[in-house]
Amino acid sequence: MKEIVVISGKGGTGKTSITASFAVLGGNNVVVADCDVDAADMHLLMQPDFAQQEDFYSGELAVIDQDKCTQCGDCANVCRYGAIPIVDGEYIVDALSCEGCGYCARVCPTQAITNIDLMVGKWYVSTIKTGGVMVHAKLGVGADNSGKLVAKVKNEAKQIAAATNNEYIIVDGSPGIGCPVVSSISGANFVVLVTEPSVSGLHDLKRVYELVKKFKIKAGCIINKADINNEVSGEIEKFLEKENIAHISSLPYDETFTEAMTVGKTVVEYEKNKLNNSIVESWERVQLLINN
Amino acid sequence: MNIAIASGKGGTGKTTLSTNLAMLLAESQKVVLSDLDVEEPNSGLFIEAELLHEENKFKMIPEWTKDKCTLCGICQDVCNFHAVIQLGTKIMVFPQLCHSCYACSELCPTEALPMIPKKMGVLKHFNSGNLSFIESRLDIGEEQAVPLIAQTIQYVNENFSDNIIRIYDAPPGTSCPVIEATKDADFVMLVTEPTPFGLHDLKLAMETMRELKKDFGVVVNRYGIGNDDVLKYCTTEAIPILAKIPNDRRIAELYSSGKLIYNQHPEVRKQLDSIKNCILELNQMSAR
Repeated sequence: MKEIVVISGKGGTGKTSITASFAVLGGNNVVVADCDVDAADMHLLMQPDFAQQEDFYSGELAVIDQDKCTQCGDCANVCRYGAIPIVDGEYIVDALSCEGCGYCARVCPTQAITNIDLMVGKWYVSTIKTGGVMVHAKLGVGADNSGKLVAKVKNEAKQIAAATNNEYIIVDGSPGIGCPVVSSISGANFVVLVTEPSVSGLHDLKRVYELVKKFKIKAGCIINKADINNEVSGEIEKFLEKENIAHISSLPYDETFTEAMTVGKTVVEYEKNKLNNSIVESWERVQLLINN
Repeated sequence: MNIAIASGKGGTGKTTLSTNLAMLLAESQKVVLSDLDVEEPNSGLFIEAELLHEENKFKMIPEWTKDKCTLCGICQDVCNFHAVIQLGTKIMVFPQLCHSCYACSELCPTEALPMIPKKMGVLKHFNSGNLSFIESRLDIGEEQAVPLIAQTIQYVNENFSDNIIRIYDAPPGTSCPVIEATKDADFVMLVTEPTPFGLHDLKLAMETMRELKKDFGVVVNRYGIGNDDVLKYCTTEAIPILAKIPNDRRIAELYSSGKLIYNQHPEVRKQLDSIKNCILELNQMSAR
């Protein structure tokens, strides 16, 4: 079983559209994991049945029992997040600022503070339209711990892939370089970087690749919308060569990605597209690279 | 007056809107643009300005002082983030997991875990005419964006008066970095595109802003692509649409080479002018 993670640094480069196309091409042979739990979109193209769903608990929230509180203020004094303001004469916990460190509860002389476990999201195991399995999730509004939910989704996908002898896990990552991205690439066998030839695309590609290098994972790159700026495309190609990153393919700027999405399809299922061959070749290329 | 520019989905045009709007506003008044997408800060690629000041930003983490430690185990017990672990006769600190709550340090009976600063990124302050531009950049390998976002907002608050319009370019998503970047905003502009992904993530972003009790409006970017579900949804939910920026390959080309668009594309200019007027009106209302 090999794990392929698709990331980009910059958002909106086409990660999810390409990942979903690979998922369709891989069919029964892949388990799909949508690890962009913050703004998960892949289910819109994969028609999951949400067959199994579970709550995800992570982290804690301090709660003050006003009957036991003597207003000494020790809790507010030790809180480094300014999460215990006085409102109408009472110390209350601002749920969005509380990081759940538990320090306040430890110093409260009257044991007026308890920490409750937080339900921060849900995760699902679904059968999708290809007949394959997808693990996906929805992070609650404003929730912390997206990295942990990403790890959960990935582990579930791994267990399923191991149990069913699937050849690949395809992971759709999130933008950025922070905790959810770190969680999504740790333990991966291959990283697909989806970029676009814009100054931002290249800038963000370089930063996210620095992160990939720290994990010593082999990487390949798809330059999406390549003909938007041939000069920057050339710079990206030079960067790939210098860093020894495989150039998987260059795809043209093509609005059929959006047209297909509008009817709930991946671009490889959409009749009118000219990109089909390029994406099929990209998927074959990824499999060759990962198995070499 | 704090305006945050956010979106659920990445790549919808937050940075394009932030930079073009800030430069347009700077034609007639002082404005602060601050890039809070510290994981992948891009605004600076579009702004030509002079570097005035640069400073390293730190987060506080505990450092084990072996000589003072009695191996009582309290530090490990009090750390809810498993950032302090006792391994045999050693205390290990994992800085990436530490939330700087100080519990281990201050509850240690022998003061064996003093808090020390650890660098997490760099803040830069640029200036160009009426525009002040503040950018923070998270060091690669650092996982927590929130402390750096908080310190960047603090820097803006300490260096600029409340009356100046401040534009904050927020990170994508709906989780903790977005909350940090928008929680002090007087008004939030949600940038979306009229596609199923755009609509789905707009709904998540709206849910987040409602949770934060923020006033917000929607800017539709790449208007003309996809379908009109986003517009219909905003009408049903009675959410103001502040502008519709057309879908035009020329805009994508200008953006790709790091160029500003408002001064080269009359329709974009017209749309941004209406956002500008909306901001100036809000600013007057808040000054009253």
